[in-house]
Amino acid sequence: MAYQFDFSSLSGYGDLLAKGAGLTVSLTVVGGLAGVAIGIAGAWARSRPVPVLAPVVAAYVEVIRNTPFLVQLFFLFFGLPALGIKLGEFQAAALAMVVNLGAYSTEIIRAGVQSIPRGQIEAAMSLAMTPLQIFRHVVLIPALKKIWPALSSQVVIVMLGSSVCSQIAAEELTFAANFIQSRNFRAFEVYFVVTALYLALSILLRWLLSRLGQALFERRRHG
Amino acid sequence: MPLVDLIGIHKSFGTNPVLRGIDLSVHEGQVVALIGRSGSGKSTLLRTINGLEHIDDGVISVDGEKIDARDTDLRALRLKVGMVFQQFNLFPHLTAAENVMLAPKVVKKAPQAELRALAVEMLEKVGLGDRLDHYPDQLSGGQQQRVAIARSLAMRPRVLLCDEVTSALDPELVAEVLAVVRKLADDGMTLIMVTHEMRFAREVCDQLVFMHQGRIHESGPPEQVFSAPQTEELRQFLGGIG
Ligand SMILES: Nc1ncnc2c1ncn2[C@@H]1O[C@H](COP(=O)(O)OP(=O)(O)OP(=O)(O)O)[C@@H](O)[C@H]1O
Ligand SMILES: [Mg+2]
Repeated sequence: MAYQFDFSSLSGYGDLLAKGAGLTVSLTVVGGLAGVAIGIAGAWARSRPVPVLAPVVAAYVEVIRNTPFLVQLFFLFFGLPALGIKLGEFQAAALAMVVNLGAYSTEIIRAGVQSIPRGQIEAAMSLAMTPLQIFRHVVLIPALKKIWPALSSQVVIVMLGSSVCSQIAAEELTFAANFIQSRNFRAFEVYFVVTALYLALSILLRWLLSRLGQALFERRRHG
Repeated sequence: MPLVDLIGIHKSFGTNPVLRGIDLSVHEGQVVALIGRSGSGKSTLLRTINGLEHIDDGVISVDGEKIDARDTDLRALRLKVGMVFQQFNLFPHLTAAENVMLAPKVVKKAPQAELRALAVEMLEKVGLGDRLDHYPDQLSGGQQQRVAIARSLAMRPRVLLCDEVTSALDPELVAEVLAVVRKLADDGMTLIMVTHEMRFAREVCDQLVFMHQGRIHESGPPEQVFSAPQTEELRQFLGGIG
Protein backbone atom coordinates (compact mmCIF):
# COMPACT_ATOMS: atom_id res chain seq x y z
CA MET A 1 0.00 0.00 0.00
CA ALA A 2 1.31 3.43 -0.95
CA TYR A 3 2.27 5.89 1.79
CA GLN A 4 -0.58 8.25 2.59
CA PHE A 5 0.68 11.79 3.03
CA ASP A 6 -0.99 13.48 5.93
CA PHE A 7 0.20 16.98 6.62
CA SER A 8 -2.76 17.56 8.91
CA SER A 9 -0.89 15.35 11.34
CA LEU A 10 1.27 18.43 11.97
CA SER A 11 -1.63 20.52 13.16
CA GLY A 12 -1.23 21.48 16.74
CA TYR A 13 2.56 21.50 16.42
CA GLY A 14 2.76 24.90 14.69
CA ASP A 15 3.70 26.69 17.88
CA LEU A 16 6.49 24.23 18.58
CA LEU A 17 7.92 24.63 15.08
CA ALA A 18 7.69 28.41 15.32
CA LYS A 19 9.43 28.38 18.67
CA GLY A 20 12.12 26.10 17.27
CA ALA A 21 12.64 28.34 14.25
CA GLY A 22 12.76 31.34 16.58
CA LEU A 23 15.53 29.76 18.62
CA THR A 24 17.46 28.87 15.46
CA VAL A 25 17.22 32.52 14.43
CA SER A 26 18.34 33.70 17.88
CA LEU A 27 21.32 31.35 17.85
CA THR A 28 22.23 32.57 14.37
CA VAL A 29 22.00 36.24 15.30
CA VAL A 30 24.13 35.81 18.42
CA GLY A 31 26.56 33.43 16.72
CA GLY A 32 26.77 35.56 13.58
CA LEU A 33 27.37 38.90 15.25
CA ALA A 34 29.74 37.74 17.97
CA GLY A 35 31.46 35.23 15.66
CA VAL A 36 32.23 37.84 13.01
CA ALA A 37 33.34 40.28 15.72
CA ILE A 38 35.81 37.66 16.94
CA GLY A 39 36.84 37.05 13.35
CA ILE A 40 37.66 40.74 12.90
CA ALA A 41 39.62 40.82 16.16
CA GLY A 42 41.37 37.56 15.26
CA ALA A 43 42.33 38.81 11.81
CA TRP A 44 43.69 41.99 13.41
CA ALA A 45 45.72 39.98 15.93
CA ARG A 46 47.17 37.76 13.22
CA SER A 47 48.12 40.74 11.08
CA ARG A 48 50.36 42.10 13.83
CA PRO A 49 53.84 40.92 14.77
CA VAL A 50 52.75 40.43 18.38
CA PRO A 51 54.80 37.65 20.01
CA VAL A 52 52.16 35.80 22.07
CA LEU A 53 48.80 36.82 20.65
CA ALA A 54 49.29 35.87 17.02
CA PRO A 55 50.32 32.23 17.71
CA VAL A 56 47.53 31.83 20.29
CA VAL A 57 44.97 32.97 17.73
CA ALA A 58 46.54 30.70 15.10
CA ALA A 59 46.25 27.73 17.48
CA TYR A 60 42.61 28.55 18.25
CA VAL A 61 41.78 28.67 14.56
CA GLU A 62 43.50 25.36 13.87
CA VAL A 63 41.86 23.54 16.78
CA ILE A 64 38.38 24.65 15.78
CA ARG A 65 38.82 24.05 12.07
CA ASN A 66 40.15 20.54 12.61
CA THR A 67 37.56 19.20 15.04
CA PRO A 68 33.84 18.43 14.56
CA PHE A 69 31.32 21.03 15.62
CA LEU A 70 29.41 18.37 17.57
CA VAL A 71 32.48 17.59 19.66
CA GLN A 72 33.06 21.29 20.32
CA LEU A 73 29.45 21.56 21.47
CA PHE A 74 29.69 18.50 23.72
CA PHE A 75 32.91 19.80 25.18
CA LEU A 76 31.28 23.06 26.19
CA PHE A 77 28.07 21.48 27.44
CA PHE A 78 29.26 18.21 29.01
CA GLY A 79 32.97 18.89 29.48
CA LEU A 80 33.11 22.29 31.11
CA PRO A 81 30.97 21.39 34.15
CA ALA A 82 33.97 19.30 35.26
CA LEU A 83 35.75 22.63 35.71
CA GLY A 84 32.75 24.04 37.53
CA ILE A 85 31.46 25.96 34.49
CA LYS A 86 27.86 24.96 33.94
CA LEU A 87 26.17 26.35 30.85
CA GLY A 88 22.50 26.11 29.91
CA GLU A 89 21.52 24.55 26.58
CA PHE A 90 21.06 27.86 24.83
CA GLN A 91 24.23 29.32 26.32
CA ALA A 92 26.30 26.32 25.31
CA ALA A 93 24.79 26.22 21.83
CA ALA A 94 25.31 29.95 21.27
CA LEU A 95 28.84 29.85 22.64
CA ALA A 96 29.73 26.88 20.45
CA MET A 97 28.49 28.75 17.38
CA VAL A 98 30.38 31.90 18.33
CA VAL A 99 33.61 30.00 18.91
CA ASN A 100 33.18 28.03 15.71
CA LEU A 101 32.31 30.97 13.45
CA GLY A 102 34.98 33.07 15.18
CA ALA A 103 37.68 30.67 14.01
CA TYR A 104 36.43 30.30 10.43
CA SER A 105 35.80 34.01 10.01
CA THR A 106 39.23 34.84 11.42
CA GLU A 107 40.70 32.85 8.56
CA ILE A 108 38.35 34.29 5.95
CA ILE A 109 38.80 37.91 7.04
CA ARG A 110 42.55 37.42 7.32
CA ALA A 111 42.63 36.55 3.63
CA GLY A 112 40.84 39.84 2.93
CA VAL A 113 43.29 41.75 5.11
CA GLN A 114 46.22 40.21 3.27
CA SER A 115 44.78 41.30 -0.06
CA ILE A 116 45.13 44.99 0.80
CA PRO A 117 48.08 46.42 -1.13
CA ARG A 118 51.08 47.20 1.04
CA GLY A 119 51.30 50.66 -0.54
CA GLN A 120 47.97 51.74 0.95
CA ILE A 121 49.14 50.75 4.40
CA GLU A 122 52.42 52.60 3.91
CA ALA A 123 50.51 55.67 2.74
CA ALA A 124 48.48 55.54 5.95
CA MET A 125 51.65 55.06 8.01
CA SER A 126 53.22 58.06 6.34
CA LEU A 127 50.17 60.06 7.45
CA ALA A 128 51.12 59.19 11.06
CA MET A 129 48.15 56.88 11.61
CA THR A 130 48.53 54.23 14.32
CA PRO A 131 48.30 50.53 13.45
CA LEU A 132 44.82 50.31 14.94
CA GLN A 133 43.64 53.39 13.04
CA ILE A 134 45.04 51.92 9.85
CA PHE A 135 43.26 48.63 10.42
CA ARG A 136 39.98 50.27 11.21
CA HIS A 137 39.87 53.02 8.59
CA VAL A 138 42.03 51.77 5.74
CA VAL A 139 42.11 47.98 5.85
CA LEU A 140 38.87 46.68 7.31
CA ILE A 141 36.18 47.85 4.89
CA PRO A 142 38.00 46.92 1.65
CA ALA A 143 39.04 43.62 3.27
CA LEU A 144 35.46 42.76 4.25
CA LYS A 145 34.23 43.78 0.83
CA LYS A 146 36.66 41.39 -0.79
CA ILE A 147 35.59 38.35 1.25
CA TRP A 148 31.94 39.23 1.91
CA PRO A 149 30.52 36.37 -0.22
CA ALA A 150 32.71 33.81 1.55
CA LEU A 151 31.89 35.25 4.95
CA SER A 152 28.17 35.26 4.16
CA SER A 153 28.33 31.60 3.16
CA GLN A 154 30.09 30.75 6.39
CA VAL A 155 27.36 32.45 8.43
CA VAL A 156 24.75 30.40 6.56
CA ILE A 157 26.75 27.21 7.19
CA VAL A 158 26.83 28.01 10.90
CA MET A 159 23.10 28.68 10.89
CA LEU A 160 22.47 25.28 9.33
CA GLY A 161 25.00 23.72 11.68
CA SER A 162 22.92 24.91 14.62
CA SER A 163 20.71 21.86 13.95
CA VAL A 164 23.39 19.87 15.74
CA CYS A 165 22.48 21.73 18.92
CA SER A 166 19.38 19.54 19.16
CA GLN A 167 21.83 16.95 20.52
CA ILE A 168 22.13 18.85 23.79
CA ALA A 169 18.38 19.49 23.85
CA ALA A 170 18.59 23.12 22.80
CA GLU A 171 15.04 23.46 21.55
CA GLU A 172 15.77 24.81 18.10
CA LEU A 173 14.15 23.80 14.84
CA THR A 174 15.64 20.33 14.45
CA PHE A 175 14.92 19.55 18.08
CA ALA A 176 11.30 20.52 17.50
CA ALA A 177 11.17 18.30 14.43
CA ASN A 178 12.61 15.30 16.26
CA PHE A 179 10.16 15.83 19.07
CA ILE A 180 7.11 16.06 16.81
CA GLN A 181 8.22 13.06 14.79
CA SER A 182 8.52 11.01 17.96
CA ARG A 183 4.91 11.85 18.76
CA ASN A 184 3.06 11.57 15.45
CA PHE A 185 5.44 9.16 13.67
CA ARG A 186 5.10 11.25 10.52
CA ALA A 187 8.78 11.52 9.64
CA PHE A 188 8.27 12.47 5.99
CA GLU A 189 5.83 15.27 6.66
CA VAL A 190 7.78 16.68 9.61
CA TYR A 191 11.16 16.70 7.93
CA PHE A 192 9.66 17.92 4.67
CA VAL A 193 8.27 20.97 6.45
CA VAL A 194 11.46 21.50 8.45
CA THR A 195 13.56 21.25 5.30
CA ALA A 196 11.40 23.94 3.72
CA LEU A 197 11.79 26.09 6.83
CA TYR A 198 15.61 25.80 6.79
CA LEU A 199 15.60 26.60 3.11
CA ALA A 200 13.47 29.68 3.71
CA LEU A 201 15.71 30.79 6.58
CA SER A 202 18.81 30.34 4.44
CA ILE A 203 17.38 32.36 1.58
CA LEU A 204 16.28 35.08 3.98
CA LEU A 205 19.68 35.15 5.68
CA ARG A 206 21.56 35.34 2.39
CA TRP A 207 19.32 38.19 1.27
CA LEU A 208 19.86 40.07 4.53
CA LEU A 209 23.61 39.62 4.35
CA SER A 210 23.72 40.82 0.79
CA ARG A 211 21.71 43.93 1.75
CA LEU A 212 24.05 44.50 4.68
CA GLY A 213 26.99 44.20 2.30
CA GLN A 214 25.46 46.77 -0.03
CA ALA A 215 24.92 49.15 2.88
CA LEU A 216 28.49 48.71 4.11
CA PHE A 217 30.22 48.99 0.77
CA GLU A 218 27.84 51.19 -1.18
CA ARG A 219 29.11 54.41 -2.71
CA ARG A 220 27.25 57.62 -2.34
CA ARG A 221 26.45 59.11 -5.72
CA HIS A 222 28.18 62.21 -6.85
CA GLY A 223 27.11 64.88 -9.31
CA MET B 1 69.90 75.18 11.32
CA PRO B 2 68.72 72.80 8.59
CA LEU B 3 65.12 71.62 8.56
CA VAL B 4 66.12 68.09 7.62
CA ASP B 5 69.46 66.79 8.80
CA LEU B 6 70.74 63.32 8.01
CA ILE B 7 73.96 62.22 9.65
CA GLY B 8 75.74 58.98 8.85
CA ILE B 9 72.69 57.02 7.73
CA HIS B 10 73.36 53.33 7.24
CA LYS B 11 70.83 50.76 6.14
CA SER B 12 71.18 47.16 4.97
CA PHE B 13 68.65 44.67 3.75
CA GLY B 14 70.07 41.44 5.10
CA THR B 15 73.65 41.39 3.90
CA ASN B 16 73.00 43.96 1.17
CA PRO B 17 74.22 47.40 2.28
CA VAL B 18 71.89 49.87 0.57
CA LEU B 19 72.74 53.12 2.35
CA ARG B 20 76.40 53.39 3.29
CA GLY B 21 76.80 56.59 5.22
CA ILE B 22 74.52 59.36 3.98
CA ASP B 23 74.96 62.94 5.19
CA LEU B 24 72.48 65.43 3.85
CA SER B 25 71.15 68.77 5.07
CA VAL B 26 68.09 70.40 3.61
CA HIS B 27 67.06 73.89 4.63
CA GLU B 28 63.57 75.25 4.88
CA GLY B 29 62.13 76.03 1.47
CA GLN B 30 64.82 74.12 -0.40
CA VAL B 31 63.97 71.75 -3.22
CA VAL B 32 66.31 68.78 -3.50
CA ALA B 33 66.26 66.15 -6.22
CA LEU B 34 67.80 62.71 -5.78
CA ILE B 35 69.01 61.15 -8.99
CA GLY B 36 70.95 58.00 -9.71
CA ARG B 37 70.78 54.56 -11.22
CA SER B 38 68.17 51.99 -10.34
CA GLY B 39 69.16 50.31 -7.09
CA SER B 40 71.39 53.15 -5.90
CA GLY B 41 69.23 53.59 -2.78
CA LYS B 42 67.13 56.67 -3.63
CA SER B 43 63.78 55.25 -2.54
CA THR B 44 65.29 53.65 0.53
CA LEU B 45 66.76 56.98 1.58
CA LEU B 46 63.43 58.77 1.17
CA ARG B 47 61.67 56.03 3.12
CA THR B 48 64.06 56.35 6.05
CA ILE B 49 63.24 60.06 6.34
CA ASN B 50 59.68 59.30 7.41
CA GLY B 51 60.42 56.07 9.17
CA LEU B 52 59.05 53.61 6.63
CA GLU B 53 62.46 51.94 6.84
CA HIS B 54 64.34 51.56 10.10
CA ILE B 55 67.93 52.68 9.97
CA ASP B 56 70.85 50.63 11.26
CA ASP B 57 72.98 53.59 12.19
CA GLY B 58 72.95 57.37 12.06
CA VAL B 59 70.66 60.18 13.12
CA ILE B 60 67.71 61.72 11.33
CA SER B 61 66.37 65.02 12.51
CA VAL B 62 63.46 66.90 11.05
CA ASP B 63 62.41 70.23 12.52
CA GLY B 64 63.92 69.30 15.89
CA GLU B 65 62.45 65.78 15.93
CA LYS B 66 65.43 63.43 16.27
CA ILE B 67 65.46 59.69 15.73
CA ASP B 68 68.18 57.08 15.56
CA ALA B 69 68.45 53.32 15.12
CA ARG B 70 66.99 52.59 18.56
CA ASP B 71 63.73 54.49 18.08
CA THR B 72 60.63 52.48 17.41
CA ASP B 73 57.85 55.06 17.59
CA LEU B 74 58.29 56.99 14.42
CA ARG B 75 54.93 58.73 14.33
CA ALA B 76 56.26 62.00 15.72
CA LEU B 77 58.62 62.08 12.74
CA ARG B 78 55.84 61.21 10.31
CA LEU B 79 53.76 64.12 11.58
CA LYS B 80 56.44 66.41 10.16
CA VAL B 81 57.12 64.54 6.95
CA GLY B 82 54.63 63.90 4.15
CA MET B 83 55.18 61.36 1.41
CA VAL B 84 53.84 60.89 -2.09
CA PHE B 85 54.40 57.54 -3.77
CA GLN B 86 54.86 56.40 -7.31
CA GLN B 87 51.66 54.33 -7.14
CA PHE B 88 49.38 57.02 -5.62
CA ASN B 89 48.12 54.55 -2.97
CA LEU B 90 44.77 56.26 -2.48
CA PHE B 91 42.25 54.52 -0.24
CA PRO B 92 39.84 53.04 -2.78
CA HIS B 93 36.74 52.99 -0.57
CA LEU B 94 36.95 56.71 0.18
CA THR B 95 36.19 59.71 -2.02
CA ALA B 96 38.86 62.25 -2.87
CA ALA B 97 37.67 64.49 -0.05
CA GLU B 98 37.49 61.58 2.40
CA ASN B 99 41.01 60.52 1.45
CA VAL B 100 42.19 64.02 2.30
CA MET B 101 40.18 64.26 5.53
CA LEU B 102 40.94 60.85 7.03
CA ALA B 103 44.29 61.51 8.71
CA PRO B 104 43.40 65.01 9.97
CA LYS B 105 40.26 63.44 11.43
CA VAL B 106 41.68 60.38 13.14
CA VAL B 107 45.23 61.53 13.86
CA LYS B 108 44.75 65.21 14.61
CA LYS B 109 41.12 64.93 15.74
CA ALA B 110 40.24 68.03 13.71
CA PRO B 111 36.61 69.07 14.25
CA GLN B 112 34.11 67.92 11.64
CA ALA B 113 33.30 71.47 10.59
CA GLU B 114 36.92 72.20 9.67
CA LEU B 115 37.48 68.94 7.85
CA ARG B 116 35.37 69.64 4.81
CA ALA B 117 36.87 73.11 4.44
CA LEU B 118 40.33 71.57 4.69
CA ALA B 119 39.51 69.05 1.96
CA VAL B 120 38.19 71.80 -0.29
CA GLU B 121 41.25 73.96 0.33
CA MET B 122 43.73 71.16 -0.35
CA LEU B 123 41.96 69.78 -3.40
CA GLU B 124 41.61 73.26 -4.87
CA LYS B 125 45.32 73.72 -4.37
CA VAL B 126 45.94 70.76 -6.69
CA GLY B 127 43.26 71.85 -9.13
CA LEU B 128 40.63 69.30 -8.15
CA GLY B 129 38.04 71.46 -6.42
CA ASP B 130 35.43 69.89 -8.71
CA ARG B 131 36.31 66.28 -7.90
CA LEU B 132 35.67 66.20 -4.15
CA ASP B 133 33.17 63.36 -4.19
CA HIS B 134 34.78 61.20 -6.84
CA TYR B 135 36.24 57.85 -5.91
CA PRO B 136 39.80 57.02 -6.92
CA ASP B 137 38.72 54.66 -9.70
CA GLN B 138 36.66 57.48 -11.19
CA LEU B 139 39.77 59.65 -11.58
CA SER B 140 42.64 59.59 -14.07
CA GLY B 141 46.12 58.66 -12.87
CA GLY B 142 47.18 62.29 -12.88
CA GLN B 143 44.14 63.28 -10.84
CA GLN B 144 44.73 60.42 -8.39
CA GLN B 145 48.30 61.52 -7.88
CA ARG B 146 47.14 65.08 -7.24
CA VAL B 147 44.67 63.81 -4.65
CA ALA B 148 47.56 61.95 -3.04
CA ILE B 149 49.52 65.19 -2.88
CA ALA B 150 46.52 66.99 -1.35
CA ARG B 151 46.15 64.16 1.17
CA SER B 152 49.74 64.65 2.31
CA LEU B 153 49.46 68.42 2.44
CA ALA B 154 46.35 68.21 4.61
CA MET B 155 48.58 67.06 7.49
CA ARG B 156 50.60 70.26 7.03
CA PRO B 157 53.99 68.54 6.85
CA ARG B 158 57.19 70.56 7.17
CA VAL B 159 58.74 68.64 4.31
CA LEU B 160 57.25 66.61 1.47
CA LEU B 161 58.97 63.54 0.03
CA CYS B 162 58.12 62.59 -3.55
CA ASP B 163 59.26 59.23 -4.94
CA GLU B 164 59.02 59.24 -8.73
CA VAL B 165 55.54 60.69 -8.56
CA THR B 166 55.13 60.76 -12.34
CA SER B 167 56.69 57.41 -13.24
CA ALA B 168 53.43 55.46 -13.18
CA LEU B 169 51.60 58.01 -15.34
CA ASP B 170 50.82 58.07 -19.04
CA PRO B 171 53.04 60.68 -20.71
CA GLU B 172 50.17 63.11 -21.32
CA LEU B 173 49.35 63.20 -17.59
CA VAL B 174 52.87 63.95 -16.36
CA ALA B 175 52.68 67.70 -16.90
CA GLU B 176 49.65 68.33 -14.67
CA VAL B 177 51.33 66.62 -11.72
CA LEU B 178 54.67 68.36 -12.28
CA ALA B 179 52.82 71.69 -12.44
CA VAL B 180 51.43 71.03 -8.95
CA VAL B 181 54.85 70.11 -7.60
CA ARG B 182 56.33 73.22 -9.18
CA LYS B 183 53.67 75.37 -7.55
CA LEU B 184 54.43 73.83 -4.16
CA ALA B 185 58.09 74.65 -4.68
CA ASP B 186 57.23 78.22 -5.66
CA ASP B 187 55.08 78.55 -2.54
CA GLY B 188 58.10 77.69 -0.41
CA MET B 189 57.39 74.06 0.44
CA THR B 190 60.49 72.07 1.36
CA LEU B 191 60.71 69.18 -1.08
CA ILE B 192 62.94 66.14 -1.41
CA MET B 193 62.16 64.21 -4.54
CA VAL B 194 63.40 61.28 -6.51
CA THR B 195 62.89 61.99 -10.17
CA HIS B 196 63.90 60.96 -13.64
CA GLU B 197 62.52 64.19 -15.11
CA MET B 198 65.87 65.86 -15.60
CA ARG B 199 64.54 69.00 -17.24
CA PHE B 200 62.11 69.50 -14.39
CA ALA B 201 64.85 68.90 -11.82
CA ARG B 202 67.06 71.42 -13.54
CA GLU B 203 64.36 74.09 -13.55
CA VAL B 204 62.90 73.60 -10.10
CA CYS B 205 65.61 72.29 -7.80
CA ASP B 206 68.07 74.17 -5.66
CA GLN B 207 70.23 71.15 -5.18
CA LEU B 208 70.78 67.96 -7.12
CA VAL B 209 72.05 64.89 -5.30
CA PHE B 210 73.56 62.07 -7.32
CA MET B 211 73.48 58.76 -5.49
CA HIS B 212 75.71 55.87 -6.41
CA GLN B 213 76.02 52.54 -4.60
CA GLY B 214 74.41 53.78 -1.42
CA ARG B 215 76.42 56.96 -1.12
CA ILE B 216 76.03 60.57 -2.16
CA HIS B 217 78.54 60.55 -4.94
CA GLU B 218 78.22 64.15 -6.01
CA SER B 219 75.90 67.03 -5.33
CA GLY B 220 75.46 70.70 -6.04
CA PRO B 221 73.28 73.26 -7.76
CA PRO B 222 71.73 71.84 -10.93
CA GLU B 223 73.65 74.05 -13.40
CA GLN B 224 76.92 72.88 -11.94
CA VAL B 225 75.96 69.22 -11.74
CA PHE B 226 74.64 69.15 -15.28
CA SER B 227 77.26 71.25 -17.00
CA ALA B 228 80.34 70.29 -15.04
CA PRO B 229 79.99 66.84 -13.50
CA GLN B 230 83.06 66.08 -11.41
CA THR B 231 83.01 62.29 -11.45
CA GLU B 232 83.06 59.67 -14.15
CA GLU B 233 79.98 57.93 -12.70
CA LEU B 234 77.83 61.06 -12.92
CA ARG B 235 79.08 61.76 -16.44
CA GLN B 236 78.08 58.23 -17.44
CA PHE B 237 74.73 58.53 -15.74
CA LEU B 238 73.92 61.83 -17.41
CA GLY B 239 75.18 60.53 -20.73
CA GLY B 240 73.11 57.38 -20.40
CA ILE B 241 69.86 59.24 -20.00
CA GLY B 242 70.72 61.72 -22.76
N1 LIG C 1 62.31 45.77 1.17
C1 LIG C 1 63.48 45.41 0.62
N2 LIG C 1 64.04 44.23 0.91
C2 LIG C 1 65.23 43.85 0.38
N3 LIG C 1 65.95 44.62 -0.45
C3 LIG C 1 65.45 45.81 -0.80
C4 LIG C 1 64.20 46.28 -0.26
N4 LIG C 1 63.94 47.50 -0.78
C5 LIG C 1 65.00 47.79 -1.56
N5 LIG C 1 65.90 46.79 -1.58
C6 LIG C 1 67.18 46.79 -2.31
O1 LIG C 1 67.87 47.96 -1.99
C7 LIG C 1 68.54 48.48 -3.10
C8 LIG C 1 68.15 49.93 -3.32
O2 LIG C 1 66.77 49.98 -3.64
P1 LIG C 1 66.01 51.35 -3.85
O3 LIG C 1 64.59 51.00 -4.11
O4 LIG C 1 66.31 52.27 -2.74
O5 LIG C 1 66.68 51.88 -5.18
P2 LIG C 1 66.28 53.10 -6.09
O6 LIG C 1 67.49 53.95 -6.20
O7 LIG C 1 65.05 53.75 -5.58
O8 LIG C 1 66.01 52.40 -7.47
P3 LIG C 1 64.88 52.69 -8.59
O9 LIG C 1 65.41 53.82 -9.44
O10 LIG C 1 64.82 51.42 -9.36
O11 LIG C 1 63.62 53.03 -7.90
C9 LIG C 1 68.21 47.57 -4.26
O12 LIG C 1 69.27 46.67 -4.42
C10 LIG C 1 66.97 46.83 -3.80
O13 LIG C 1 66.94 45.56 -4.36
MG1 LIG D 1 63.05 53.90 -6.25
